[in-house]
Amino acid sequence: MENFRSWIDIGGGFEVIVNWLRSNMAWLFGAISNAVNGVLGTSRTVLNAPPPIVVIAIFAAIAWRTAGLGVAIFTFVGFGLIWYMGLFTLTMSTLALVITSVVIALLLGIPLGIWASKSDTVWQVMRPILDFMQTLPAFVYLIPAVLFFRLGPVPGVVATLVFSLPPAVRLTNLGIRQVPTEIKEAALSFGSTGRQMLLKAELPVALATIMAGVNQTIMLALSMVVIAGMIGAGGLGNEVLRGITQLRIDVGFEGGIAIVILAIFLDRVTQALGDSTRKQT
Amino acid sequence: MAIIEVRDLYKIFGPSPKRAIPLIKKGMSKAEILKKTGCTIAINGATFSIEKRETFVVMGLSGSGKSTFIRCLNRLIEPTHGEIIVDGDDVMKMDMEKLRQVRRYKMSMVFQNFGLLPHRNVVNNVEFGLEISGMEKEKRREKALSAIKLVGLEGFERSLTSELSGGMQQRVGLARALANDPEILLMDEAFSALDPLIRTQMQDELLELQAKMHKTIVFITHDLDEALKLGDRIAILGPDGRVRQIGTPEEILSSPADEYVKRFVQNVDRTRVITAGTVGGHPASITYPSENLQAAMRAMERHGTSSVFVTDTDRRLKGIVTIDAAAELQKQGKKDLGSAIIDDVYTTSPSTPISDLLATAIKTRYPIALIDDEGRFHGSVSRAAIITEVSKGYEGSNNDLPQTLSELQTAGANGEEA
Repeated sequence: MENFRSWIDIGGGFEVIVNWLRSNMAWLFGAISNAVNGVLGTSRTVLNAPPPIVVIAIFAAIAWRTAGLGVAIFTFVGFGLIWYMGLFTLTMSTLALVITSVVIALLLGIPLGIWASKSDTVWQVMRPILDFMQTLPAFVYLIPAVLFFRLGPVPGVVATLVFSLPPAVRLTNLGIRQVPTEIKEAALSFGSTGRQMLLKAELPVALATIMAGVNQTIMLALSMVVIAGMIGAGGLGNEVLRGITQLRIDVGFEGGIAIVILAIFLDRVTQALGDSTRKQT
Repeated sequence: MAIIEVRDLYKIFGPSPKRAIPLIKKGMSKAEILKKTGCTIAINGATFSIEKRETFVVMGLSGSGKSTFIRCLNRLIEPTHGEIIVDGDDVMKMDMEKLRQVRRYKMSMVFQNFGLLPHRNVVNNVEFGLEISGMEKEKRREKALSAIKLVGLEGFERSLTSELSGGMQQRVGLARALANDPEILLMDEAFSALDPLIRTQMQDELLELQAKMHKTIVFITHDLDEALKLGDRIAILGPDGRVRQIGTPEEILSSPADEYVKRFVQNVDRTRVITAGTVGGHPASITYPSENLQAAMRAMERHGTSSVFVTDTDRRLKGIVTIDAAAELQKQGKKDLGSAIIDDVYTTSPSTPISDLLATAIKTRYPIALIDDEGRFHGSVSRAAIITEVSKGYEGSNNDLPQTLSELQTAGANGEEA
């Protein structure tokens, strides 16, 4: 066995690839970095521009419109508590990270999901890659991410992206594949082009399932953003990490509470959006 | 004129389906071919033509390839071999662009489970086909609303389809197909998912609509009663995907082409399909007043009947004269027939099924006259003819029919010998 191992060095091979990418593809990582920074900077500015009470009121209003009064009250009280704990700016940073990752994840994931739904071959190839992305321990790709993008929020977003992209692809693919045959046949029988079929029949019918994917993507992104705090992504992750490294139970707990509140808010609102599309079906 | 001509159509599922065709032509059975090539035959050499404005029903049990067949007509399923000529153009040879034109403007389809878009309300569903063909918004809304009116869904324009019952949903499906104003309507088991009462109602409405619109309808069903009710002509598919017989409902009932069709139709209540016009004859009749008592007597004598129908010069029925009444006139020495004409004779249209005439046949003393909408005399159907026709339905059935005493005794004697 020892002899065989020296034939092919899997870990070493990965290292070689990473090093090659670092020295030859720097322009690409620079471009990605700029793009991510652009989206991140914008969402952070927007979220931090108005006074916190206005942001909290807007969130409560969104919750009310989509998920009802109960969630609205929770949102108002919860974000009030975050503000009271002095974590509001950090929470907005985390939210900006989540929004950035999710926007990119959906921009990539939904088209990939559509592509996969149209071809069994594509799906056969994509599936193991998605499995790989979801199950590979996060720390394993945090390190290359840092090597490519240096410390800071960008590798945090990229790592988050790796982790949260799969559900968007999977559920888009599933949603479209689940569109009843008769609906597809009906669309075809009236002379639809492929594009009309997708936009007028498949995507609207699959919308509820796709929204479930969006919800999962957001949740996974939120859980990953905290881990990304270890590589200096900032936000609440830093606070939790400080609690761990300095054995500050109070700091860690407060950071944790803020994350839970943010998570519940995002989950209820996106789930309610998904339900409202499902109700019509 | 034929609007759709299908020639030598095959659809074979499986690996390398073209390979199976020569084997079929050599006469190999479905099972042998499946074993040898792994191919399943869905449609096995269908050839027929569908006339403009007729309702052509394709009827078969599940697995006979009828749903595959209708999907071949607009190429939702690619046929393996053959020609499908629609209005002079071979659908099989069209490129996608041309095919889309045909689907948009020439034929529309109605589906078994409706195939409606759940995120759209009724009017938006009905608009769908027009939207696909790129019609502008106001114009297509107008057409959609008139199609909705046609199928009787007024007031439900804004409803979501999921709020509607099955029958109403299928009306939406029908309206969507009609909104395009296609020449050809493809209906794939359109009423099979509905419960029986609603189904009958929808069938009646389709017949009414068809009487107004005169579309060419290709209707798929597994229900023979539905086929007989709706079809101008019926094609019966066998379990091997082969067309067993094509004909009018009456032809199929009265002369089934083979054992399969015969077994199929034997449980049908034929009296609901056979019409008075078919069993009726041309009885003695005279024209009054140009003909008179003498002519009436002679006509009865010649036909060996005890009554004669009387019409005017436009062939409008005036009544009936019995031999007794005529004899009475003669005895009194009168020449004019007028006072002997009685009008309590039953009339009906030639298209009435004879099951509807049975009760009348028992009541009346005279033959039942057949007249059209304008009151013109087209013949009559006698009580004997009705009863004979009804009793034909029992021949060959396993019911314990009455036997004569001598038949019973013969059967008993044979039993003892055996």
